[in-house]
Amino acid sequence: MNTQPLLEVQNLSLNRDGRAILQNVNLRVYPGQVHALLGINGSGKSSLAYALMGCAGYQPDSGRIWFDGQEITGLPIDERARLGLTLAWQEPARFEGLPVGSYLSLGMDRPHDAALSKTDRERVQAALAAVNMPAKTYLRRSVDATLSGGERKRIELAAVYAMRPRLAILDEPDSGIDTLSLDDIRALLRRMAQNGTAVLLITHRDEMAAAADMASIMCLGTILFTGETTAAQAFYRNGCQPHLAALGEQPWNGVIQPIKELAR
Amino acid sequence: MNAVTAVPTPSVLHGRGAAPPVWANDLDSLMEAYRQAGGDPEAIRQANVATLVVSGSQVLMAHDIAGLRFEAEELPQGVKARIIVAPGVTIERLVHLCFGLLPAQGRQEIIASYEIGAGAKVAFLAHCTFPNAVQVEHVMDADIHVGAGATMKYTESHYHGENGGIRVIPKTRVDVGENGRFHTTFSLSHGRVGYMAIDYELDVAAGGVAELTTKVYGHADDDVHVREVVRLNGRDARGLTKTRVAVRDRAHSAIHTVTEGNAAGAVGHMDCTEIVRDQAEAQNMPIVLVRNDEARVTHEAAIGSVSKKELETLMSRGLDEDEAVDVIIRGMFN
Repeated sequence: MNTQPLLEVQNLSLNRDGRAILQNVNLRVYPGQVHALLGINGSGKSSLAYALMGCAGYQPDSGRIWFDGQEITGLPIDERARLGLTLAWQEPARFEGLPVGSYLSLGMDRPHDAALSKTDRERVQAALAAVNMPAKTYLRRSVDATLSGGERKRIELAAVYAMRPRLAILDEPDSGIDTLSLDDIRALLRRMAQNGTAVLLITHRDEMAAAADMASIMCLGTILFTGETTAAQAFYRNGCQPHLAALGEQPWNGVIQPIKELAR
Repeated sequence: MNAVTAVPTPSVLHGRGAAPPVWANDLDSLMEAYRQAGGDPEAIRQANVATLVVSGSQVLMAHDIAGLRFEAEELPQGVKARIIVAPGVTIERLVHLCFGLLPAQGRQEIIASYEIGAGAKVAFLAHCTFPNAVQVEHVMDADIHVGAGATMKYTESHYHGENGGIRVIPKTRVDVGENGRFHTTFSLSHGRVGYMAIDYELDVAAGGVAELTTKVYGHADDDVHVREVVRLNGRDARGLTKTRVAVRDRAHSAIHTVTEGNAAGAVGHMDCTEIVRDQAEAQNMPIVLVRNDEARVTHEAAIGSVSKKELETLMSRGLDEDEAVDVIIRGMFN
């Protein structure tokens, strides 16, 4: 493994509306690695994704974020993206009148308003094929409400795949997908990694983490555990014991039972 | 007044080796402006395509085809035209209309009447180009009659140049007959708008359908006014107004849509999205008027800046904020 992390998060904390959303988060993702971030709903996974991407309202109160040795804590979203960091959104946005083909090509290294070259078109088609979507059916359709949530979700994954970023944060890629199986998604993750894209895979399903090289467990806005995937899966299935028990009854009480139920 | 019917194109004349007529330069210039505005001049010059081309007060082309006839008269400051589609006829190819004024100053008045016979089907593609406008006024007064069971599609694209020195005032009255269908799309998304006041009034008879889509992008000190009134007068008549306006810099837009449900089973909907940037200002005034307890009219309006989520999604692909807004607005106008 490359010893220099591509992404490094140091003691990141974030408060919103007077509530601690992230607390001293520390995380490292290495080049070409699939790193799973496991946690139940509300544990702070998506908030961490937004903070890493630099979204409005998610500027950290303290801590630092480094990408390929450069501090990006204060950079706007587009500058982070141009460094090679992107996010596949859990609930993708809708774009009235924007054709799928154009949407997929936006992240490619080309003027966004230029006509697609033959190579660009092939790259877009390959991205659609990677998420089992026939180019003929979808290229000209708009990324709008006429597509189902599952279709938009797959197009979001295809857009990230077409972009070929250095690090892709995939926020719950397995939720709401209609025809892609977990095996398909895992294969997609591995293919991205083989193509040189590191992946931070956000999920609440421990079986999704099987595609990962490393995994971290997130709970109540902090990372409880980072290690080999199988160890992280066991930790997660065990309701994050004994760490949670050691932390005391409050405020973790309400979290332990749902994790156990999820793991059953 | 000169009555004008079919006129050969300059390119045809040139091809025969004849000296080009005086108006040929105007036509070629207008065609170039038409091309720049997104039109296809070659499509206009095909023998089986009905075409009307007006530059200022001159009718440069009025090319009839079987089932469709133009009657055009030149007026001191414009043109009066009748477009007649025979009952039961289906016009297979788009009918091209091109109105324009090439000089930087001037006035053009178009008085048009469209008579679409019962059961006929026809689609128009109209381009209005004023590429050099500095002080130009274009006034259109149109009456449209869509006969019973007929279908008329009218797609109109404007290009007003880059100076903003233009006033465009189109007024249209539409009468949709029983089970007739009228669909129109107006777009002005490149270059300046200047001052524009679109005024549409439609009456829809039983079983008829009227759909109006308006897309305008204003900037600098452009001033956009849209008034659309749809009266659903007949049983089961349906109407939809869809308005997409973006304004930035110091531009102003005022959208005033009215849908009346005047008969049982009438269904109407108004859908307005306005995007505002910089110091621009946007107004929306939807009015729902229902006079029958079995009619239903709804409206939705969204006015404001670009959606944060859409913006951040595009920025996460590496577009800066201006590029992202441009993609969102262009998409809205597609």
